[in-house]
Amino acid sequence: MQFLLLAAFLFCVGVYGVLARKNAVLVLMSIELILNSVNINLVALGVYRGVEAAIIGQVFALFVIAVAAAEVGIGLAIVLLIYRNRASIDLSEVDLMKG
Amino acid sequence: MVAQNITFGVLALVMAVSAIRVVTTKNVVHAALYLVLVLAGVAGIFVLLAAEFLAIVQILVYIGAIVVLFLFGIMLTRAKIGKLSDLDNDQRWIGAIVALFLFGVLGAILNTGFKDIKLDVTNVGRTADVGTSIFQQYVIPFEVVSILLLAALVGAVVIARKD
Repeated sequence: MQFLLLAAFLFCVGVYGVLARKNAVLVLMSIELILNSVNINLVALGVYRGVEAAIIGQVFALFVIAVAAAEVGIGLAIVLLIYRNRASIDLSEVDLMKG
Repeated sequence: MVAQNITFGVLALVMAVSAIRVVTTKNVVHAALYLVLVLAGVAGIFVLLAAEFLAIVQILVYIGAIVVLFLFGIMLTRAKIGKLSDLDNDQRWIGAIVALFLFGVLGAILNTGFKDIKLDVTNVGRTADVGTSIFQQYVIPFEVVSILLLAALVGAVVIARKD
């Protein structure tokens, strides 16, 4: 219970960071917070379900860590490209598609 | 059990304060360093949940690699070291309301669904079981993840190179 509550708190802080930050690197950091809360949830719920589920939860958390590493690599490459083209990583100025 | 509860309380407090500092601090480098505290706290939580292999991986991959990548990103985008006033956009209050609402909903759901759950961390698997599970039951997802990492590596080089 307390593990899940902590994970929910981290998730909400990450959501706030994604919504409120303007610097692209800080947005990527907030996404890391969200992914970590998911990992805590996977491991805690695995322990709750028993020994075999605990192992499976850890395996899935390992996959999430690997995907997060790939995501940060690509994300920072994109941020560098935006910086090189516009001399700024302010996300509120990247509005070419008028989303 | 008492020692575990005390450890969890200390870790949770440090992680909560550091996580809030990550999304509110005015200094980009400080945000990365507070992120280190949060990630180390997550590693401690994994130890408490008897997932020691995952804790080591967390320290190696996140603190060792990803935070260094973030610091490189901060350096290469020439963010000013020191206080900046314009790191937040004008959606800050809407974002805070959304996050608080989400936390309220999640907390209420967890409170109804998992109110009296006590986790039993005395009888758990070992690291060898994790390895067996990866290389037998989940070997195809494992290979797919390695392809994904290779694609991400090539993609990052292609996107970021100068030509």
